[in-house]
Amino acid sequence: MYHTLILTAVALFLGFGAAAALADDYVLTIKDHRFNPTEIKVPANKRVQITVVNDDPTPEEFESHEMKVEKVIPGKSKAVVRVGPLKPGRYPFLGEFHEATAKGTLIAE
Amino acid sequence: MLGALLIVFREVLEAGLIVGIVMAATRGVPGRGRWITIGIAAGVLGAGVVAMFAGVISDAFQGSGQELFNASVLAVAVVMLMWHNAWMARHGREIADEMQRVGAAVSEGSKPLTALAVVIGLAVLREGSEVVLFLYGIMAQGTSGAALLAGGVLGIAAGAAFTALTYFGLLAIPNRHIFSVTSWLIALLAAGMAAQSVQFLNSAGLVVALDQTVWDTSWLLSEGSLVGRLLHILIGYTERPTEMQLLVYAAILAAMYVLTRIARPSPPAPIPAAAE
Repeated sequence: MYHTLILTAVALFLGFGAAAALADDYVLTIKDHRFNPTEIKVPANKRVQITVVNDDPTPEEFESHEMKVEKVIPGKSKAVVRVGPLKPGRYPFLGEFHEATAKGTLIAE
Repeated sequence: MLGALLIVFREVLEAGLIVGIVMAATRGVPGRGRWITIGIAAGVLGAGVVAMFAGVISDAFQGSGQELFNASVLAVAVVMLMWHNAWMARHGREIADEMQRVGAAVSEGSKPLTALAVVIGLAVLREGSEVVLFLYGIMAQGTSGAALLAGGVLGIAAGAAFTALTYFGLLAIPNRHIFSVTSWLIALLAAGMAAQSVQFLNSAGLVVALDQTVWDTSWLLSEGSLVGRLLHILIGYTERPTEMQLLVYAAILAAMYVLTRIARPSPPAPIPAAAE
């Protein structure tokens, strides 16, 4: 019975989705395991959509505990990452598969 | 090489902890070795398939495919863990009693094993697909690949060793407490997974209600640190939880509690005369 309950709960949650209003699009490019730009400014207290373009042939995992995001982006492809609403501040992010070089900061203001 | 080792170890760690807990939770249940093996094998196979179709999954549902996939995988695992705990509430005592007598078989042993095999399979699949993608990336790069690949393989071995450590650590708990301890661990694990799942739905743009961050404990314990990561897996530690995550976390714990109360046999199970 609880299976049904949970499915109903999930269905209810899904219902919230319709209202998702998305802000302007921001673009980050990964090339040679580095982000470009390494700093990106977005408005605070607002949902933000970032398109991450992976120009490398290898996959990368875009990750930020600070923004509660983890997303694998296959080589030579792009992915959309949605974050926020974020309180004003600095939010580091990294490419988990190439942590030494793939680093950047998102600034919410 | 060390970098590759660490990255792979981190991914294997999560699946490894879950496998360790599940193995401890099914201690004494006959046939568990087979189900656990099936779970891991299916997970590894699934990880390969998921990695192969990473691009397709990513592009599905207007670019939200990966989030929806992760959210669903976690949600199914939560349901399976709840099922397991409910079942254990009903039958745990019998198994614990049986375990006192050496070699006694437990009759109804196979039911929660399918659920837990699914949990193991999904954990291995989710983390494993990232390992496969990462190792694939290394191989595609060519030149320095061999050392990095060795690092990756060592990372898997280290993760497996950690699984063994978790398992034997939990086994040190005396028989009569092991089921209550593992039930608690599983309840917290499930609540954490549910909170993670709902966050993936948020990233997918599906659940955007109650999305304000309630507190920030990153100054105290970073989620990126080893302890932070371990607690993230075990109890769902999140340095900046949203209102929805906290709500879901509490709801799953409450549901788990109610469920095990309902499942518990109504008359207190008769305690067999202590064996001399």
